[in-house]
Order: sequence, then C-alpha cells, then structure tokens
Amino acid sequence: MRIDVEHVAKLARLGLTDEEKKLFGPQLSAILGYAENLNQLSTGNVLPTSHAIPIKNVLREDKVIPCANVDDIMANAPDEADHMFRVPRIVE
Amino acid sequence: MINKSAHELHSLLSSKRVSSLELTEAVFARIDQVEDKVKAYITLTKEEALRQARAADARLKAGNNITPLTGLPVAVKDNMCTQGVLTTCGSKILNNYLPPYDATIVAGLKSAGAVIIGKANMDEFAMGSSTENSALYPTRNPWDLTTVPGGSSGGSAAAVAADEAVLALGSDTGGSIRQPAAFCGVVGMKPTYGRVSRFGLVAFASSLDQIGPLTKDVTDAALILGQIAGADPKDATSADRPVPDFMAHLETGLKGKRIGVIRELDLNQCNKEVAQCFEANLALLREEGAEIVELSIANIPHAIATYYVIAPCEASSNLGRYDGIRYGLRAENTHNLQEVYEESREQGFGPEVKLRILLGTFALSAGYYDAYYLKAQQVQNRIRAQYQAAFAQVDAIASPVSPTTAFKLGEKMDDPLQMYLSDAFTIPANLAGIPGISVPAGFGANNLPIGLQLLGKHFDEARLLGIARGFERALNLSLPNLAI
Repeated sequence: MRIDVEHVAKLARLGLTDEEKKLFGPQLSAILGYAENLNQLSTGNVLPTSHAIPIKNVLREDKVIPCANVDDIMANAPDEADHMFRVPRIVE
Repeated sequence: MINKSAHELHSLLSSKRVSSLELTEAVFARIDQVEDKVKAYITLTKEEALRQARAADARLKAGNNITPLTGLPVAVKDNMCTQGVLTTCGSKILNNYLPPYDATIVAGLKSAGAVIIGKANMDEFAMGSSTENSALYPTRNPWDLTTVPGGSSGGSAAAVAADEAVLALGSDTGGSIRQPAAFCGVVGMKPTYGRVSRFGLVAFASSLDQIGPLTKDVTDAALILGQIAGADPKDATSADRPVPDFMAHLETGLKGKRIGVIRELDLNQCNKEVAQCFEANLALLREEGAEIVELSIANIPHAIATYYVIAPCEASSNLGRYDGIRYGLRAENTHNLQEVYEESREQGFGPEVKLRILLGTFALSAGYYDAYYLKAQQVQNRIRAQYQAAFAQVDAIASPVSPTTAFKLGEKMDDPLQMYLSDAFTIPANLAGIPGISVPAGFGANNLPIGLQLLGKHFDEARLLGIARGFERALNLSLPNLAI
C-alpha cells in the first residue's frame, strides 16, 4: 500500500523534513501491510472493545474547586501576557 | 546496603539500624560512581531527596505514620508529573516543562514518606522497546553496557539493577515495564488496567497505559503495589474496587497451582537460550507441584497487529495537545497558527513519535477507520474474551517475556517493524487489561538476564504475586556480577 505521507502529516498538523518524508513512506507501508493481516479474520458481529475492563460513567457534583497555581501553569507558556496565551494573529 | 531489597531496608529503617539519610546518601554515592556509564536518569533531585530523607527519619523516629515506603529511595519514570520538577517524557517538546501539579502516584509516594531520587530515562512518550528513542540519550544495560536496557521504562529498570534506586515506578502500554525488567534482571509488574491511578501520567495510549513497580524481588512488588493501588476521583478509569493485602498469599507456594501455556505462542521465534530457559522454568514449576496446562488463545498471532493499530490511534489523538501554545516547545519565526503547530511538532517530536502519529492519523482517517481501528478493536475484544475463558481453567499463564535477551544498541533502530515484533509476548496483557509480572528466570550468554512472564486474571494480582514468589523462591537465582 502506498501512503500519501504529506497528506497524512497535514491532517496531523505535523511538519516533516524531506528526509523524513522519504523515510516514513516505506515504514508506514510495511507496518500497515502487517496490520492488514487482521482483515483475514472474520469478526462479524464482535463488538469493538473500547476498554478491556468494564468502564462506566463516573459522576460527581458539579462543584467549583479553586485553582491556586495559575502562575505555575502560566509559567510554562511559551508566550504569555496577563495570564493569557499569546498566539500569532488568527483573523486578518 | 544499597543492593538490599525494599522490604529488607524497611526493617532496617524501622528498627533504626539505618537512617533514610544514610541510605539516600549511599544511593547518590552509587549514582556518582556509575551514572556516567548507565545514564538511567534524566533529572536527579538530590537536594529535595535529602530533605525528604530527613523528614522520613523524623517520621521513623517518632514511630507513627510509617509506611512500607517511608525513607526508601525511589526512581520515577519521567512521564509522571512531579510538581516543579522537570518532566520531559524523554521528549524535546517537553524539555522545559515544569508540571504545576503532582501525579496522584507521585503525591502518594510523597505522603507515604518515600524519597524521590530523580526522574528516570525512557523512550520518548514511552514509544519504544530499548530507551534509544529518548531525545536526551540512551540508557545502557548495567549487565552489559553495549546492550540496551529494554524500554520504554529502561531508565527505571536500569536504576534498580544498578542500585541507583531501591525501587522504581514505570509505565506499561505494551510491555514497557516487563520487558526492561527482564532485560535488566529485576522484577517488573503491570497491574490490572485501572488498578493504579493514571492521573498525571503523560498519556500515550490511554486504554492500555498502566503504572507499576520495578523492584529487586517479588515481595517488594507486592509491597509497593499495595501502596500505589486504589481508586482515584481524578482518574475516572481507575477501578473502584477494594485493594486486597497483596502480601497475604505471597508464601502459599506452587503446589496444586494450574499454570497455562499458550499453544499458539510461537516459541520458535525465541533465541535458543530463552527457549531453553523457559523449558527449565516450566520443569521447575512442575517439580514444585504446579500443573502445566496447555491452552488456546486463538488470536494471539494477531495481537501485535491489533496493538500497533490501537496504540498509535490513541497516541495520535493524545499527542494532539502538543501544539506549542500552552506549554512545551514553540517554534520560532512562524507566521500563523498553522505554522506554529506544524513547526513546533516537527522540531519537538523525534522520528518514532512522528511515525506513530502518522500511523494513527492514517488509520483513523476517513475511509480507513473501519478497516483498521474498528477491526483492531473487534480483534481486541476476542483476545480479551479468550483470556477470560482461559482463566476459568488456570491460575496463571506463563511465557517468556521477550524472545531474546538484551540486544545491542543500534541493532533494531532502522527497522521499526522488527522492533515491534519483539513485543509479541507482552502486548496481549495490555489488550486484555490483565495483570502481568516479569520475574528473573535465568541468564543467557554474556550474563544477560532472562525473564519469565506470568499473567493473571483481572484484579487477581494477589494470586499472581503468590505464584511469582513461589517461582522466585524455588529458583533461588544467584546473580552474577554487574558489568559496572
């Protein structure tokens, strides 16, 4: 199977070097080719697993919990102003 | 003293024959001696560790609120958030990340009075089987520095093997605790999915990830599991189940235990020495009164393909959060938001992580979802049901941990699929959500350790640990000298 690496990278918002584009094509084909073994199995009505253990909704009271470490959170921001994350202009 | 097990040291600490400060200083002296060669850690937190050791000594002196972890030096894998302490996940994209909070497991260690030595090296985002995918540097196997320690919890395993920590925490998505434990000659346990809170564990594949201990022996693993298990309101997938006393059945022996061997597991893919070791291990289990039962997990041959669809799909979604906006690396000289995303991710992620993001993105993309992701989830359900049926017949299932002993650095780096295939024995436990443990089982050529894997049924860790302990006691393996 041939994979359009550049298209998939675009979907993933992932930049790739030219070298990576060349490298990943054959690697992806090999791995996906291997994964295609699964299609030999007839799985008919088998339900897909989302978790191997029964998982149920966990509900709790909708209660405001104070967040005391806003400064610590914002300290990790690459670009911050007045407790806000700054990004390049998104509207012209 | 630093080569002693946690339970031995616990009794030395409780009886005041050793102080936590002495022990912690001895561990750091050992680190000064060997860390240049092993590279088990990304970050060492010596000052804070010495402070924690003094606090533990005060607690031990006062004689109240002492836990099995009080005063013990622990290594924490670098994908568990530690408040104010660098948490890189082995990635450049998090090379400056200071978590504003502690993972539940880290908070638990602290309140138990453990001493956190540092953050252990790992494959980037826990993706890998050799720790060579760390963006910082590879860790080396203390038994032979030219070989890998396994991965992705390679730093945790190497730290325990090299006495750079008394015990360690790792995480296991497809074998990342058990395989490095086997390669490094220590015990490694992946508990049942949900047994230990994942809050603050950097997510790789959320439905498969589980935190567990790497220790010097099975007793230590039982001891630590008792400390870290339990429901957590901050992790909705953590199991709301009582935590049994994992020490209670530890010495019950092997007599009458039924141990399954999977018919479909292809032992021909194992090195001769691993296959021979496994045969000898089964013979020993028999001698000790266990019954070996052949059983079928028909879809075992499809486990790797299933895993390498599901795990990258989840990863591609989980790793979407690394976009250069709120934390982590942001590319410079970008002109718009799209470029911020693409270039930050291009610069921040290493090749294996990129490959898996692409794999997952492709498998989830329009037109391919049913053929890959849905199909894999169906096969996963079958595998899970087959294990469930098998555990109606047996108490545990045995296999090798890895088809080989530790391989050379660089040996498998050019061929990801070959690296993936080496996870054949460990992956099924994650797909089935069941607990598994790797126990030192012998040594191959060049003194490289071999592990035995034992799997148990959901939430049956107590029985599994008892069988593992029975095996460990019967084998009574004497360890050769480390290469360092």
